[in-house]
Amino acid sequence: MRVWPIFKKEMRLYFTSPVAYVVLTIFLVIAGYFFYNIFAFFTLASMQSAMNPAMARDMNVTDSVLRPLFSNISVILLLLMPLITMRLFAEERRSGTIELLLTYPVRDGAVLVGKYLAALALYALMLALTLLYPAIVVYFARLEWGPLMTGYVGLLLMGATFIAVGVFASSLTENQIVASITTFGILLIMWIIGWSADSVGGPWGKVLQHLSILERNDNFAKGVLDTKDIVYYVNFIALALLLTLRSLEARRWKG
Amino acid sequence: MIEVQNLTKHYGPVTAIRDVSFRVAPGEIVGFLGPNGAGKTTAMRILSCFMPATSGAARVAGYDVFRQSMEVRRRIGYLPENVPLYTDMRVAPYLDFVAEVKGVGRAERRGRIAEVMERCLITDVQNRLIGKLSKGYRQRVGLAQAIVSDPEVLILDEPTIGLDPRQITEIRSLIKSLAGKHTVILSTHILPEVSMVCTGVVIINKGSIVAQGPIDTLVQQFFPTARVEVEIVGPPAAVRSGIGGIPGVVSVEELAVTNGAGRYVVESSRERDVRGEIFQVAARQQWKLLELKRVGTTLEEVFIRVVAGEQAAEEGGA
Repeated sequence: MRVWPIFKKEMRLYFTSPVAYVVLTIFLVIAGYFFYNIFAFFTLASMQSAMNPAMARDMNVTDSVLRPLFSNISVILLLLMPLITMRLFAEERRSGTIELLLTYPVRDGAVLVGKYLAALALYALMLALTLLYPAIVVYFARLEWGPLMTGYVGLLLMGATFIAVGVFASSLTENQIVASITTFGILLIMWIIGWSADSVGGPWGKVLQHLSILERNDNFAKGVLDTKDIVYYVNFIALALLLTLRSLEARRWKG
Repeated sequence: MIEVQNLTKHYGPVTAIRDVSFRVAPGEIVGFLGPNGAGKTTAMRILSCFMPATSGAARVAGYDVFRQSMEVRRRIGYLPENVPLYTDMRVAPYLDFVAEVKGVGRAERRGRIAEVMERCLITDVQNRLIGKLSKGYRQRVGLAQAIVSDPEVLILDEPTIGLDPRQITEIRSLIKSLAGKHTVILSTHILPEVSMVCTGVVIINKGSIVAQGPIDTLVQQFFPTARVEVEIVGPPAAVRSGIGGIPGVVSVEELAVTNGAGRYVVESSRERDVRGEIFQVAARQQWKLLELKRVGTTLEEVFIRVVAGEQAAEEGGA
């Protein structure tokens, strides 16, 4: 498996074009803005609760800062992640480079994994830079390390899922905009699919509830590490990557 | 080195190539000719393992392109028609990527890339973004990526398109220098190029092979007569019958008459050189012989005759 050269090439392409810098900057600016507001509100609430001890009983950093921060970050990701993945296969198809890439002695699977890991690495870098926010919190308040860690594991898994969906959408078309909108559409539907659970009701309602991404992330942010959630994400990723592989192989049988 | 047997490829209802068979011996450079849309690119895509044929078999370097695709891919260098390159990468890192993917070891990679850049005359642009290069340079970067792993077989789809005349000469001599060590199949529209570079040709038209073999053999097959061009001052009718009387002459055709000097094309059997006798006839009749030269048959004429003949046969059949 020659994954490494593909991975390196994709990373190089992210950073020789402006894509990575723009996405990183915008992500950090927006996430920072959210963090500032959430933390400022928490500070204000803490001062008020100093006068009202009854109120202080329910206040902690995990619930008041981390959970809202993580949930806000996941919304930004919903919007930004399609922009990271849209190029991966669509651009190769548009420019024709895929014809060379797929005649080099690498398996389709290695190409896919290399590209997937490159997008994942860029995302991990984005997340790593947000560690600055908890670092600021630690300076002023007492932080619970468990929920912080599970929160980040949750974000990483969710992002990994978004990327898998994005890679799949990118393999379907040679138009990056189509790839990005398709990714966003799939993700948004998976996000809110639980909303109709109540009106559908019964076993199907349960299924819809189970399919929803929204439900998953809050568990991690609360500090709950449930295998059910991990299995959900892993299944989701595996399915998307498998479909991508099929879509790459389509050229072999398409007449 | 390349063996193609009864290869057929359908795109839905359209047949791109039909029952194509040919072989290329090791070390040969074979030109793949045909009008636009004849199926050249399709055949090359199949040979390069990019897509499978509908039926038939192709072996490259002894391996089946469909069942042993990885083995084939390790042994080929491919340059697609439109030279797809990563425009956001710089030349040297791009070649490093290709070499690594193709399995050139870390130790030899640097030297290998320097050598290939030298040969393809791109050393001076190695730190430039590929997207900022001119068409000629991109073409040569494309060629560099094909030969960077020193593959046994090279599949080049229109390697000199878009180059200026000086670059064309340079790339041709580069391709020529590959002969012997590498087996090359290249498609092109430029027929003189084939005569200059290739040892053999395969002519394809409307998806089927219409002629193949060494260039000399094809010329003799489709043009059984030798031709001589003469310019003589003399009465045209007498000149025609005079030269026509020489044994071995098949026909005398008048091209033009200017200021009493007529130009004629004399066709004769290949076994006899009739130039001496033409001179003698002219001397005897006291015609002024202004010019007498042998006219070689170009591949272009063969190509036109083959492709046009094919068309005529088809129209006659229909």
